[in-house]
Amino acid sequence: MSNNPNNWPLWEIFIQSKRGLEHKHVGSLHAADPQMAIENARDVYTRRQEGQSIWVVPAEAISASQPDDAAMLFDPADDKTYRHPTFYTMPEGAKYI
Amino acid sequence: MTDVKNLEDLFQAKIDAEQKIEPKDWMPEKYRKNLIRQISQHAHSEVVGMLPEGNWIGRAPSLRRKAILLAKVQDEAGHGLYLYSAAETLGTSREQTIDDLLSGKAKYSSIFNYPTLSWADIGAVGWLVDGAAIMNQVMLCRTSYGPYARAMVRICKEESFHQRQGYEIMAVLAQGTPEQKEMAQDALNRWWWPSLMMFGPTDANSPHSAESMKWKIKRQSNDELRQTFIDRTVQQAEVIGLSIPDPDLKWNEATQHYDWGAIDWAEFNNVVAGNGPCNKERLTARNKAHDEGAWVREAALAHAAKKAKKKQAA
Repeated sequence: MSNNPNNWPLWEIFIQSKRGLEHKHVGSLHAADPQMAIENARDVYTRRQEGQSIWVVPAEAISASQPDDAAMLFDPADDKTYRHPTFYTMPEGAKYI
Repeated sequence: MTDVKNLEDLFQAKIDAEQKIEPKDWMPEKYRKNLIRQISQHAHSEVVGMLPEGNWIGRAPSLRRKAILLAKVQDEAGHGLYLYSAAETLGTSREQTIDDLLSGKAKYSSIFNYPTLSWADIGAVGWLVDGAAIMNQVMLCRTSYGPYARAMVRICKEESFHQRQGYEIMAVLAQGTPEQKEMAQDALNRWWWPSLMMFGPTDANSPHSAESMKWKIKRQSNDELRQTFIDRTVQQAEVIGLSIPDPDLKWNEATQHYDWGAIDWAEFNNVVAGNGPCNKERLTARNKAHDEGAWVREAALAHAAKKAKKKQAA
């Protein structure tokens, strides 16, 4: 990564395609400030009505889990099938449950 | 401790199991380097690819054609940006990548070193050049590196109109006056062979191919893609009454493919080496645009600093 202060910083871009849906990560771009990042994101990521709202986040503000930690983080959920409704046996004939 | 051999085995196992590699995953240095080279070359091709078409925006024959061409060139700028940001996830800086293009160190697709002499060339570029690029890009939607694959999916969705608008231009010209038809045929004659060269050297002479296939960066060989392109395009030329400039072109019942003539690889190597008709013009144009845009980059930073200061004071 370049630390040259004359370069525009990197922003991660999230687009909401429709009211009521989540903002989804679509990629990144460089811009001098958040407002210009939004304007650039409009041109780069919504040329075909892909969005109705844009979030921009400084890339350096994102912390991420490490791939090596995946097992430690996510394996504990593997043996807890009782968290799903299909785990339970319902008595024959019971309705609306 | 896991040693590198072990890590490489795990990496290959992931690839073989069709799992995507993501930026933070361990990867062999050579995989990273290959990808940086390929993705940045691809990005540079999108950016330089704007130049031969930009040449005709001001002279498009109708407002409809002009709006379409503008949208297409705008898409290419966007595609360059998607790809630059995918390359950046591999740890390169945008600045370095752009510098490598401007200094002539990095390569871009040689096809853009040919000139667009007539309006029909815009048709031929869309139909043949974008057509060939799409063959390659559809394959790359399934490439093993996640950010590259995701960029390609977006690009492919947007590119399909690029090829169709080009074929439409050719079809309209081919049905026009004899002069217009001749113009279309002339463009096809000049763009056909360079388009076939876009798929790269033959499999036997392709230096990066074996490794790229093993790592599923590529999934089909240059020769396979080239053959599919020929088979499809010959039929499209027939439909609009133009002829492919290859006296050896012949349907082969046994293989169910077209046989075709020899590519002039000396020409290909010459253009790659920097001696094509427009190599110098393209690089000069990119450098000029970069230099003349310097004040915009500086002004944006100054504006951002001023706004941040105001916000702090408030």
